[in-house]
Amino acid sequence: MKNNFQRIRPYIWLMIFAVFILFSFVFQFQPGKTVTTTFKNSIIEMITFIPFLFIIVGLFDVWVPKERIERHIGQESGVKGIVLVILLAMLQAGPLYGAFPVAYMLYKKGASIRNIFIYLGAFSSLKIPMLGIEIGYLGIEFSLARTLVSLPLFIGIGYLMEWYLKEKHFKVNALE
Amino acid sequence: MRLSPDGQRNRWRDPSKQEHNEGKDVSNNAVIYISVCVVLSAVSFFLDREKTIAGFKKGWNMFKNVLPPFLNILVLVSLLIYLIPPSVISQYLGAGSGVLGFSIAALVGSITLIPGFISYPIAAGLIQQGASYAVVATFMTTLMMVGVVTLPLEIKYFGRRVAITRNVLNFIAAVIIGLVVGLVL
Repeated sequence: MKNNFQRIRPYIWLMIFAVFILFSFVFQFQPGKTVTTTFKNSIIEMITFIPFLFIIVGLFDVWVPKERIERHIGQESGVKGIVLVILLAMLQAGPLYGAFPVAYMLYKKGASIRNIFIYLGAFSSLKIPMLGIEIGYLGIEFSLARTLVSLPLFIGIGYLMEWYLKEKHFKVNALE
Repeated sequence: MRLSPDGQRNRWRDPSKQEHNEGKDVSNNAVIYISVCVVLSAVSFFLDREKTIAGFKKGWNMFKNVLPPFLNILVLVSLLIYLIPPSVISQYLGAGSGVLGFSIAALVGSITLIPGFISYPIAAGLIQQGASYAVVATFMTTLMMVGVVTLPLEIKYFGRRVAITRNVLNFIAAVIIGLVVGLVL
């Protein structure tokens, strides 16, 4: 019983909404019909690019070897090291707290404090799937402006954190 | 997020903004994403058939995972667009909202934990209803870069001092990004 509920839970609101649409059309409830039109338009908007975006992301996933980039992390320093961590961050997906375990991995591999925080910055704002959705919804100008302003800022934060933590025995803890 | 064709609900609309919205039209998006997708798929298929199919499967699975929450948020946004008049949105989050608009955006963005892909339809809806780019950019950047709810978890990884410092610095950066993006657009 509970299992069944778990399975349909993501769709509960959609089912209620479907009933609402049906009701609106049967009883000629004008606000309901207007909401339905808006919903229909946003579905069309979504379905015309999101699935294709995910196919692109899937292809990236199989062609760009994350493991090979990870292998070089920690050995490369300077600009090359920064580019590598940003690249690695861009290939990820998911919420920011998913980046903390990776930060631990980077720390273990000997990445600098600077690069660990640049990684977190890039993870939060430069992930490719996220950029794809952002461009689709807010336009390329928005994404470009945001990215170009963000990049120097979180690289700056990386340097700032390194300077701040220089003599403070910085470490990343593993969570079990 | 497009306006309803009858346009009844959209009483308030800046004509210049509407033109801007029409610029990134549905069909426009579709053309770009579909062509990139087709070209990449073709090249990939030519190079390695099995890898390509594996990529398709991965992409499809990711899409399947985001679909239910995505549809839910589209329902919510459709309802809110109807229920919240554009005049309210533009008053609190519009170009003239000033410090208040930024504060609301930065606060809500920092505290809430909305998955990125879900936050974009909300952002687009806000802009459509009269919120300014600067305010929406501030909301988006704080949402992405600052995590008050996840702070306890972050403290476990990095320690209290580092986690708080990172969030404070990111908050400052996020507000700067919002302001600059607002100035540019």
